[in-house]
Amino acid sequence: MLQNNDVEIISVERLKPTSLEPAPTEKIEVPMIEIRQLTKTFGSFQALKSIDLTIPKGTVFGFVGPNGAGKSTTMSILATLMFPTSGTAKVDGLDVTKYPNEVRKRIGYMPDFFGVYDQFKTVEYLHFYGASYGIPKSEREQLIPQLLELVNLSDKKDAYVDTLSRGMKQRLCLARCLVHDPELLILDEPASGLDPRARIEMREILRELKAMGKTIIISSHILPELAEMVDEIGVIEHGQMIAIGNVADIQNRLRVKRFLHIRLLGREDEAEHFLRDRPLVNRLLRDERGIQIHFGGQDAEQAALLNELVAAGFQLVSFSEAQTNLEDVFLEITKGGDGFE
Amino acid sequence: MREQTSVKQSSTSWRNKLINPVLNKEFKLRMRTPKAMWTLFFYLFAIGLMAFSAIYIVEINTGGSRSFNPEQSKVLFYFLSFAQLGLIAFMAPGLTAGVISGEREKQTLNLLLTTQQSSATIVLSKLVSSLGFMVLIVVSTIPVYSMVFLYGGISPKQLILVFLFYLFVMLVLGSFGILFSSMFKRTMVSVIVSYGVTLFIFGGTALIYVVLMSTTDRFYTYNANTYSWIGHVLAWNPAGALYSILDPEFTDQAYRIYGQPIATNKQPLALWKEFMMIYTCLSILALWLGIRSLRPRMKKN
Ligand SMILES: Nc1ncnc2c1ncn2[C@@H]1O[C@H](COP(=O)(O)OP(=O)(O)O)[C@@H](O)[C@H]1O
Ligand SMILES: [Mg+2]
Repeated sequence: MLQNNDVEIISVERLKPTSLEPAPTEKIEVPMIEIRQLTKTFGSFQALKSIDLTIPKGTVFGFVGPNGAGKSTTMSILATLMFPTSGTAKVDGLDVTKYPNEVRKRIGYMPDFFGVYDQFKTVEYLHFYGASYGIPKSEREQLIPQLLELVNLSDKKDAYVDTLSRGMKQRLCLARCLVHDPELLILDEPASGLDPRARIEMREILRELKAMGKTIIISSHILPELAEMVDEIGVIEHGQMIAIGNVADIQNRLRVKRFLHIRLLGREDEAEHFLRDRPLVNRLLRDERGIQIHFGGQDAEQAALLNELVAAGFQLVSFSEAQTNLEDVFLEITKGGDGFE
Repeated sequence: MREQTSVKQSSTSWRNKLINPVLNKEFKLRMRTPKAMWTLFFYLFAIGLMAFSAIYIVEINTGGSRSFNPEQSKVLFYFLSFAQLGLIAFMAPGLTAGVISGEREKQTLNLLLTTQQSSATIVLSKLVSSLGFMVLIVVSTIPVYSMVFLYGGISPKQLILVFLFYLFVMLVLGSFGILFSSMFKRTMVSVIVSYGVTLFIFGGTALIYVVLMSTTDRFYTYNANTYSWIGHVLAWNPAGALYSILDPEFTDQAYRIYGQPIATNKQPLALWKEFMMIYTCLSILALWLGIRSLRPRMKKN
């Protein structure tokens, strides 16, 4: 009975990640990640500008943002590889700068770019990292076949690492992250540069890890694909968290807002100015196909906008509601960076 | 749960220190590269070539007599010893200046740094594995020395001393190489700085010594023999130190100066002993700095 109540409360908490006050009668569960006013500067460049982020245990958190937004920087700090300029980052209640060794025991980190020791065989590679985490040989011998099974590399166990494909290396690195059974996985763009097939494989593995109850923070652009397994999404841009919410929130936004696609016969610049002055036009994108706007209104407002455009004498070739998906929303939210990939 | 794992770790920790995974990995990976074989090959080739040409030259000078006298084989031994020192000076920075920056460039370092291996374990294991490889190479040149031995004139004790000295020089140059490898992001920079420092240790100190000696008035007066501080400069030079092992009187000659007012009468410490003291301190400092610069540290507030 009591057990059930606990679960209820935690899941309610999860729906409202920004509410920090716990119910006074309940025992507070330490969040897996707790970042407070985190800043990082490189010389005079501010890569992170006072980031706040709390991720409860068991959450799969999607970290989205264009290139250079500060995702990798945040993740490196969490992985104890970089110290923040100011602010704090805690993993399982432990400050990453004060207890780096304890933090390392709890995290499995997969950087956005990584190398492998080419002269190792797949099993040797995992044995080495296992040993580096202090796991005795007898345990490793049991564990490693299981890990290889999990990442579908059992048939490659005696292959030299440099003969593996990129997707395989990516999965091997994921197995490496898991070798010491960490509670938190920090995965920096684990599917970047993978072909669609390899991405699907990666997603399947992540689904299994989620089922194992791991807390996962995963960055960037496979997020649309992952949407159904991610619990929360945080959007970062220019070193600032610009949106944090659960997937349902984001999907609601998707329903309320729409993308309009407008094509004109000339006078695009004028039209752009005209549109920018409309109150419901939130964002505007110009490309070779015409003008795309992020429109905050419903059908009635949309009809009104069309009338205004016609009344202003613009020659419209098309005025249509674009098909939207989650990816468009991400692109829209993070517009302004150099885009994804 | 947590306590249990920490107990388990402490009981295996003494073993982990001896056979630590980083050391194990370094040995394995190094020997699996063709580079290891080629290094060994070229080293042996170079020292062999030098030995044979030295023997040839000595033979010509002795007018083709069929055997060496002990004095000649001593010359050969000196020659080989310095040649070997030169080869070590050439090899040690090359083998160590890339061990950390290379991993950084190959993007394997971050993965290693998130494991439970301490910075000290990583740095020292890399040093030990590089030293191990260098020892293997230097030991494999012993047959070349045996040619000299055949003619007599060198004691095994001297040979052992010389090899211990090599080990020390490799440790010193290796520590510097690893420091720069840890300090600099790029291997290229680290290699250049390491060779620069090595060149200074070998050439720079010798040059300073020579310049200082020549600018000092060396009038031959009939004053008692005295010793000048300038000799200490030569204690920074590995070749000087090696020569003081081969020829114990060399220390005396290095310090001796005639009729200098700044000079003292105290018998100087053997060059190689002073050399070892200086460079033991410097190596420890280099390793300490190397360990410190491997991972981020708290800035002092
Ligand atoms: N070591 C560094 N030195 C200087 N600038 C850096 C360094 N690391 C990252 N940056 C800068 O910080 C910003 C954030 O980078 P990053 O966290 O890698 O972004 P993301 O992973 O979101 O693409 C970028 O503009 C990048 O150029
Ligand atoms: Mg990145």
